[in-house]
Amino acid sequence: MSGVASRPTEHPAALALAHRHRLRVWEATPWLIALAVYFAFPTYLAFATEVLITILFAISLDLALGYAGIVTLGHAVFFGVGAYTVGILAKQGLWSEPITGLILAGGAAALIGLASGRVLLRTSGLTLLMLTLCTMALFEEAANMAAELTGGFDGPVNTRLVTCYVISAAIAGIAGGLWAQANAYVNLSTLSLDRAATVLIILVLGGHGRLYGAFVGALAYMTLSHFLSQLYPTAWQLGLGLLLVIIALFARNGICGLGETLLRRINRKAAAS
Amino acid sequence: MIFGIDVASMALGGMAAGMILFIVSVGLSVTMGLMGFVNLAHGAFAMVGGYVIVHAMKSWGLPFVPALATGCLIIAAASIVLERLLYTRLYRAPELDQVLFTIGLVFITIAAVTVLVGPENQPLTLPSWLQGQVDLGFTTYRTYSIALIVVGSALALGLWLGFERTRLGAQIRATVDNRRMAEAVGINIDRLFTLTFAVGSGIAALGGGLGAEFLGLDPQYPLKYLVYFLIVVAVGGLGRIAGVFCAALLIGVLDFVLKKYLPQGGTLFIYALTILLLLWRPQGLFGKAS
Repeated sequence: MSGVASRPTEHPAALALAHRHRLRVWEATPWLIALAVYFAFPTYLAFATEVLITILFAISLDLALGYAGIVTLGHAVFFGVGAYTVGILAKQGLWSEPITGLILAGGAAALIGLASGRVLLRTSGLTLLMLTLCTMALFEEAANMAAELTGGFDGPVNTRLVTCYVISAAIAGIAGGLWAQANAYVNLSTLSLDRAATVLIILVLGGHGRLYGAFVGALAYMTLSHFLSQLYPTAWQLGLGLLLVIIALFARNGICGLGETLLRRINRKAAAS
Repeated sequence: MIFGIDVASMALGGMAAGMILFIVSVGLSVTMGLMGFVNLAHGAFAMVGGYVIVHAMKSWGLPFVPALATGCLIIAAASIVLERLLYTRLYRAPELDQVLFTIGLVFITIAAVTVLVGPENQPLTLPSWLQGQVDLGFTTYRTYSIALIVVGSALALGLWLGFERTRLGAQIRATVDNRRMAEAVGINIDRLFTLTFAVGSGIAALGGGLGAEFLGLDPQYPLKYLVYFLIVVAVGGLGRIAGVFCAALLIGVLDFVLKKYLPQGGTLFIYALTILLLLWRPQGLFGKAS
């Protein structure tokens, strides 16, 4: 038990939403780092792109999970829809302009988010978890067959939750579209449980419900994965498993949560002396 | 034969597959219903059980049935240790933490098995008395499939009787329905949890071994079949033995028939059906409305 954010009102997501966010000077750092990488490590551009896409994807999940509290195991469905939108349009020779392609990817994912959100978000807990998992499996199977499938229901559902879900889906779709553009191909891995679990891990590693959790998590995870998984693929999976268990048991708010606790302690000491 | 479809062999093959699903998933249903714990690592217990059983036969020279018992006992014992040390800390934690923790366990198991045994599929050699065909009067069918149907049905009946007729079963049912009240009337919840968890994991190990020639046995097993096990539990209703049994048979037969006649879109159909069903009845086909 970490003891941090034991009451919901103390959770950074709730606090952040209660106030207007004021930009501080240090918040320019991530952008400076991104720019610096472009000039300092030109050989790592592909990797840096992958990191940025992952950050975007993790942010989209944070919106659903950290801020709206939707525990989903199927977020890769939106990533996949975005990726396939770009991929199919390009392959059919219908659309290859990248920026509008991304908007289309986001739009397609948002549509799927709207259709599935209006139905799925009426449930909660285990049922919701199952439904998100099944929806993703359904799309994976459909992509496997290269068939299109849509559907929808009417019913009472929390509109704000759906709005959050749709925006989150659109961002995930854009991330997926970017991935397809950067890799110049699309495959089933874009919609798999592996990808959904990985982005969940990344977000939780950084700290969910925090503006910079996705940044920190993606950077930490991708850097570790890039260097370790090539050296020892199995050891990497073992380490990842251990990391998850440790986070779930001891550090529920991830790296950012640890940092916050540390800062609070330092502040308290400073105030005491 | 009806319309050129061999109904008997479809039903028998599907039922045998359903029995495997039942044996692996029943423990998951009971622990989820009883403890409200989202144990995504349940398939890992089944897989490790399967590995122990194969190893017991190959390296220790045990016959099939004693090997099954060994695997079942070892996994049950190991799960007690895990439950007391780790799972118990997360019973009251939010779902997200339970999901993370159990996915972490799955990754650790996959990595450990890959390192210790290797990434390839582990073949399980059936004893000669389970190989070949058996004459049922109306048709002949694989002996092993028939044996699976018999064993699965007997297990279901035994579990159901244990649930409905014994003191322990009554305690479990009471706790599934109303945990606070059960605690208030003096049921030792902690011991009940440990015991149920161990039995559920042990039976899953049995399923891992019995289903090895059907589902295969490789390190990706717990992720590959996770959705299937969860579908069986969700459709059957949490903590309902009879419900899980019916759901497993239903999905087993459906999957078997669809894979045969619609190899392209069969699984898609099952996922879609599950989604529709859960939207219509979130508590599952056989579960009680909460």
